Amino acid sequence: MKPILVTCAFAASMLAAPPIVIQNATILTVTKGTLTGSVLIRDGKIAEVGEKIAVPADAKVIDASGQFVMPGIIDCHSHIAADSINEGSVSVSAMVGIEDVLNPADIAIYRALAGGVTTANVLHGSANSIGGKCTVIKLRWGKDAHDMIFQGAMPGIKFALGENPKRAGNPTGQRIGAGNVPPRYPATRMGVEDVIRQAFTDAKAYQQSWKDYNEKIARGEQALAPRRDVTLEPLVEVLEGKRLVHSHCYRADEILMLLRVADDFGFKIRTLQHVLEGYKVAKEIAEHGAGASTFSDWWAYKLEAIDAIPYNAAIMTKKGVIVSLNSDSAELMRHLNDEAAKTMKYGGMTETEALSMITINPAKQLMIDKRVGSIEVGKDADITIYDKHPLSNYAKVTKVFIDGQLYFDRDNDLAERPLREAEKKKLVDKEKEQQRRPTPGAQRRPAA
Amino acid sequence: MRTLTFAILLSVPLLAGQDDSFLIRGATVHPVAGAEIQNGSVLVRDGKIVGVGRNLAAPKGTRIIEGKGLHVYPGMIDSGTDIGLSEIGSIRESVDVGEIGKFDPQLRAEVAINPSSEHIPVTRANGITAVITLPMAAGGDGGGRRGGGGGSIITGQAALVHLDGWTWEEMEVKKSAAMAMRFPTIVSGGGRFGGGDLPPDIAARFSYTEQKKNYETELRELKEFFEQARRYQKAKAAGGKDFRTELKMEAMLPVLEGREPLVVMASRERAIHDAVQFAEQQKVKVIIADPRELGKMGPELKARNIPVILGPTLALPAQEDLPYDSPVTLPGDYFKAGVKFAFGSFSGNNEFSRNLPYQAATAVAFGLPYDEALKAVTLNPAQIWGVGDKMGSIEEGKSADLMVTDGDPLETKTQVKQLYIKGKSVDLDSKHTRLYQKYLNRP
Repeated sequence: MKPILVTCAFAASMLAAPPIVIQNATILTVTKGTLTGSVLIRDGKIAEVGEKIAVPADAKVIDASGQFVMPGIIDCHSHIAADSINEGSVSVSAMVGIEDVLNPADIAIYRALAGGVTTANVLHGSANSIGGKCTVIKLRWGKDAHDMIFQGAMPGIKFALGENPKRAGNPTGQRIGAGNVPPRYPATRMGVEDVIRQAFTDAKAYQQSWKDYNEKIARGEQALAPRRDVTLEPLVEVLEGKRLVHSHCYRADEILMLLRVADDFGFKIRTLQHVLEGYKVAKEIAEHGAGASTFSDWWAYKLEAIDAIPYNAAIMTKKGVIVSLNSDSAELMRHLNDEAAKTMKYGGMTETEALSMITINPAKQLMIDKRVGSIEVGKDADITIYDKHPLSNYAKVTKVFIDGQLYFDRDNDLAERPLREAEKKKLVDKEKEQQRRPTPGAQRRPAA
Repeated sequence: MRTLTFAILLSVPLLAGQDDSFLIRGATVHPVAGAEIQNGSVLVRDGKIVGVGRNLAAPKGTRIIEGKGLHVYPGMIDSGTDIGLSEIGSIRESVDVGEIGKFDPQLRAEVAINPSSEHIPVTRANGITAVITLPMAAGGDGGGRRGGGGGSIITGQAALVHLDGWTWEEMEVKKSAAMAMRFPTIVSGGGRFGGGDLPPDIAARFSYTEQKKNYETELRELKEFFEQARRYQKAKAAGGKDFRTELKMEAMLPVLEGREPLVVMASRERAIHDAVQFAEQQKVKVIIADPRELGKMGPELKARNIPVILGPTLALPAQEDLPYDSPVTLPGDYFKAGVKFAFGSFSGNNEFSRNLPYQAATAVAFGLPYDEALKAVTLNPAQIWGVGDKMGSIEEGKSADLMVTDGDPLETKTQVKQLYIKGKSVDLDSKHTRLYQKYLNRP
């Protein structure tokens, strides 16, 4: 009940908020070209975009002369705002989910916001062939965990192939079974395929058992409901197209393997994550209809990244794959615009293609492109303003709006610094004071 | 594929051996040491720059390179890599960065540089013509990914090398540019992401009491090691018949005699302060590397002319409660303090060495003047590493390490069109471009 109340209150506050007009900016809509003009924000949505628009009398006007307005950046692969990300004890951990461990106080949220990011796909880790459920969030810094969630976004699940899920098979990094830690199946890429295939075989049987039960009930027959299996339920959702698969992968062989497993079971891989050798099997990826979410130029950090090239995004784009650039890192997440510029350097992407990879393409991959990913009338007012062109290394973010609300403002951040310093000093002084004279109250604290 | 690779390798010397004398004309020349020259020329003879200016006359028969619409800059220098020492970060067998032992001044990075490393062509393709390769302390996980030794203090001799050559000898610019070390420090927690979530057994190892004990022990060992080296120096000078040459001690002599600086990894203000004090007491030259803050050290660094190698600007703030932009404003702060600095990529396994210019550019967005950013990847590193008379700018008499671009080299979109190292045209292809061509053309 409480969440609904909160949502109502939240919606009401937005309705009451005056419209905002961002004026005199270069507007990079991403999907509808570039223009110099204004954006009108009303009730958290983009209400108008144009060279000349009428300013409502009650509007708050922001003069963005010389500045650049673009859609808020969408990171299709992040682990920020999560208290833990790997349930590594089992090879199939579909029963766990990020939504249960969202941490709205993670400072990485604010830092990413300051880098122009407004939406992130928060994924389970890559320790397991089939990992946990993922959650798409908006970086509404200051709100609680529930209000971070991107309502209406499709739920997802993380898969992982290659070195990471294999690692638990030989935890010492030596021969399988060496050392004191018992190995966990699988320890090879062959085993990874088997784990996924067996899980979906089980999921199909489980799906059938419910189908049979429901049919019996519908016929008025007596029947015992199958035992609920919370590990298989998300996989049934995958089979039924209700949950998106985001799979960590590197090598061409394992990418193809996963596509074929999905083909056999009749489901789709929504995104291949990292997918550093995606360029080798771009044709097959495009045919399957999977999206690819990759790094701009990471390479050489592990053996399965040995053939990673910075031209990956460009080749896959040229071969018809929808490509996004992700961070997988609280740091990289702060400058995805710089990463996008690298696709122009490596492979000759256009400015629009480059910007698409951090806006509309990840929106499509997460099936939220009706809501976000471009500056278009009717979409959520998730907007980032830069002082220079965002594909320049000299650009910095000045303001970020989510749902038409200002969540980051560089001027405010700078102005608040002395206050934060003063607050910190006060807290540190208080701590020092308490250490000098332990209060009776402190002793009454219950033992941990 | 094997034949193809062989053919490509063969093409390098043919091209390189062809000529190291030429005239680039009609380009915008950015000497770094002086003002930009529109419609300028650079004359190169036998690998050296012999003329810079407008309308230079070239001796008859000189190869002419038309530079219309192009820009000529000095090649960039990355002051913090392990290029040649590390190929694939997670593969122990391919990593030779950190040796076993606390004090290893006798180790030479140069002799372990693999001239066939894939990192060399990949890095130089973005205009980086020389790098500092330095042995680094491994993490606490002895035998881990960075090499053998955890907890090393003096890690060995850093080499300054050109990113071209058939052997490391041919790559050499300065075999021992500095003695690399990490300064003992007390690592304090930086809040939630600064060690607060460590398991109890590990947290105990990192408790303040344990840290302080470890710090004091290491500091004592460091001083003792220097004292030992000084005794050795005296014994050697005395030349007694019992004198025995010890390579570990020999390697310290250039440091003690002020001929070779220490390059000290020191991230926090107190470590920087300690390192400066230590160098002062020991009367040795020092370069501070990869600091994460400046604190109140500005005046002291400036007064003592201590140069600094700044690490990645594209990094997270060192503490949870620092301003979000603290890593990018740091170079500007060092500049304002009047401290001389260069950039090093320090990315671990060199993955981001090729992004060195963007590291500099990001600092420009947050307060560092553009010219200073450019200097910090060209002339400043040359001067800091003691080769300011040989490279780092486009000036007569310097090595012809040149990059020819279609724009500002600090911008990602800019393409490096030609690259010269010691006047030789260097191949801009790498495994990355070859795989690109191969798979772009996959039917």
